[in-house]
Amino acid sequence: MTKNLHLWAIPLLPLVGAAINGLLGRRFKNAMVSAIALLFTAASFAWAAWAVWSAWPGSGIALPHIETLGTWITAGSFSAPFGFYLDQLSMIMVLVVTGVGFLIHIYSVGYMAHEGGYYRFFAYLNLFMFFMLTLVLANNYLLMFVGWEGVGLASYLLIGFFFLKDSAADAGKKAFIVNRIGDFAFLIGMFLIIQHFGTLNYDGVFGKIAEGHLAPEAGWGLFTAIALCLMFGATGKSAQVPLYVWLPDAMEGPTPVSALIHAATMVTAGIYMIARSHAIFNLAPHALQIVAIIGCITAIFAATMGLAQTDIKRVLAYSTVSQLGYMFLACGVAAYSAGIFHLMTHAFFKALLFLGAGSVIHAVGGEQDMRRMGGLRKLIPVTFWVVTIATIAIAGIPPFAGFFSKDEILGAVFHSPYGGPVIWAIGVLTAGLTSFYMFRLWFMTFFGELKLGSVDIGEEAHSPHAPAQASHVTASHSHGHADDEVHGHGGVHESPWVMLAPLVILAVLSFVGGWVGVPQFMGGHNEVEHFLAPVMQSGPAVAGEAVSDHDATTFHAGEATPENTREEWLLAGASVAAGLIGLFFAYLFYYKSPELPERITSKMHGIYTMVLHKYYVDEGYGAIFVKPLLALSTVVLWRGVDQGVIDGLVNGAGAASQGVGNELRQMQSGNIRSYAAWVAIGGAAIVGYMIWLGVTR
Amino acid sequence: MVPLSWYLILSGILFSLGVLGFLLKRNIITIFMSIELMLNAVNLSFVAFANYWSTHPVADKSMIPLSGQVFVFFVMVVAAAEAAVGLAIIISVFRTRETLNVDRVNLLKL
Repeated sequence: MTKNLHLWAIPLLPLVGAAINGLLGRRFKNAMVSAIALLFTAASFAWAAWAVWSAWPGSGIALPHIETLGTWITAGSFSAPFGFYLDQLSMIMVLVVTGVGFLIHIYSVGYMAHEGGYYRFFAYLNLFMFFMLTLVLANNYLLMFVGWEGVGLASYLLIGFFFLKDSAADAGKKAFIVNRIGDFAFLIGMFLIIQHFGTLNYDGVFGKIAEGHLAPEAGWGLFTAIALCLMFGATGKSAQVPLYVWLPDAMEGPTPVSALIHAATMVTAGIYMIARSHAIFNLAPHALQIVAIIGCITAIFAATMGLAQTDIKRVLAYSTVSQLGYMFLACGVAAYSAGIFHLMTHAFFKALLFLGAGSVIHAVGGEQDMRRMGGLRKLIPVTFWVVTIATIAIAGIPPFAGFFSKDEILGAVFHSPYGGPVIWAIGVLTAGLTSFYMFRLWFMTFFGELKLGSVDIGEEAHSPHAPAQASHVTASHSHGHADDEVHGHGGVHESPWVMLAPLVILAVLSFVGGWVGVPQFMGGHNEVEHFLAPVMQSGPAVAGEAVSDHDATTFHAGEATPENTREEWLLAGASVAAGLIGLFFAYLFYYKSPELPERITSKMHGIYTMVLHKYYVDEGYGAIFVKPLLALSTVVLWRGVDQGVIDGLVNGAGAASQGVGNELRQMQSGNIRSYAAWVAIGGAAIVGYMIWLGVTR
Repeated sequence: MVPLSWYLILSGILFSLGVLGFLLKRNIITIFMSIELMLNAVNLSFVAFANYWSTHPVADKSMIPLSGQVFVFFVMVVAAAEAAVGLAIIISVFRTRETLNVDRVNLLKL
């Protein structure tokens, strides 16, 4: 009997907070609401930290540590328990979720102080924490799916938080519907797992795989199918090609939401799910290959789209999509621990970037267009410094966190049979682009001159998505006190300390967070990988091509021959160089000679327009999927089936009885002689029938 | 001896006259008399059959030969009662409508 850690309390505490605030919060004062929300989140974090501490490898508790509360669903031989699963992977996830989540809760106290629906916001935020923790702690796919759907719900509620704004309500719906498409594939994947394994419990599924008594001829196609279904589910939640379109629109939500849900935690659920299912993916080399390709495409695609965005949050949104692409790529080359490592560092620096952007938006009174910003370096120094740290971190410049995780992914890609030099080169190019657009954001926001309200942004007038962007620009009501402070430098103010404190903590984490994974060739020990190794190696090794010499999950841990070391240094050097080149170009374009971008964009007008319009993907989806579906629903389902068949049946029954009654009514004339005639005819008919019977007998 | 068919034909003619009178006439008194005519046409066929079966051997021993004549008495009693009620109704209708034309008595209320 191992120690009972009461893991159920970790997700349940935020749920209690959500329930209290959601049901009673309307009558509470704001301070009370934030106290409740923070208390329960902090308790959850503390409990998680204690549980992780207690179960730390070598503490005597065997990992994975499973706690089952009871049976949830039983159907025939299949049953799904309410069970929680703590291993090295969920330890990292649970700490990231509760830790970053708690910091963002603190930040929100300041950020949302002037908003309506304060209690609603915190109730939703706590609800999100509950579902996210259920997702990462579940011990079977079904319970994970509950969390998976629940975070989608919370995301929908929070994106549409300013529900009076049409664009926010639409963005919420879009996020939910696009996610449903992926969820559908996830469901199919689960059905396949049930069919093949008869259980959805992790230990059951992975145990059977580890035992290895699977008939390859029957199993491998099936594994590929399962892996592809799970992967498609992950592309929805983790905003990968082709389902990434909801994430940029999700920026309609309040900025802390973007930071928590759409950067640090929820969108990483897909990565977590793939890493959790690594045993299945390892048996499906084709699926791994596809995961790698999708991640690679997403990374470069989103990075280029980020180049032309002018909304500060949208730049970060595309950057998130791109970074998630990196994590996908890591999973695709079976370097799951590198993916999780990047997930962790990304949670730090991207949450910091979003919160920093929120602080900037707060400072300039709701403005989100970077072209109207500038020169904020002196006005909001703390925000400037923390955003600087995060920018360096995401650009992959050592010794900041992003460098180590990104380098580890790129190194794994280079050596993996599913990656190779081409995909590696694309990854490095993406790193350069990342560095470019992030420093572009940095220079545009903090350097130059403040142009609030003075710059006439004319080009939006002829861009088709002008309404969408214009709504951002005019969304000054996202800050209640915005209107009186917009104009003049005097209005720009540093955020309160309740917002800055989480920023500073995250900045520290963005700086040192990568040090836990310093690769061996640099003299580190790559603790993350060693920490995760028991999880990632419990399954079979990657099937298929010869990977024995470069076992993708452990090649860093292999002995450091001088040759290897030189190669690693070269690879790392390449990605750092890409980052520095990006920095240089951003410096050139947006600081040294700001007229350069204009000249270049006017020369390459076609490409620029295409990038500005995000490759017309939204428009394409609209034309290919949405419009035909709408037409089908309107013409066939609505007018044809609903109005024609169903309404036709109901109305037809009424009309028929009315018609028959109308005819029969004529007989009820009140005229005695016509009644008599009917009686006579009836009698004659009966007599005639009897005569006929007698004759024919 | 008059054959059965003649009685029946006469009965049919009388019944048809009753029906036609009922359908075609408008005066309630005439209609009432047509009803009596029909009843009596039926009575005629009853007694005709009764007479016939009392003079011919009956295959079915359970059959009582004179039952037709008994039925006639029942019919006559009912007809007498009906005449009493019917005439009362006619008088009542005439008092309120001041007409005996059935086409003008076509509502279930007065």
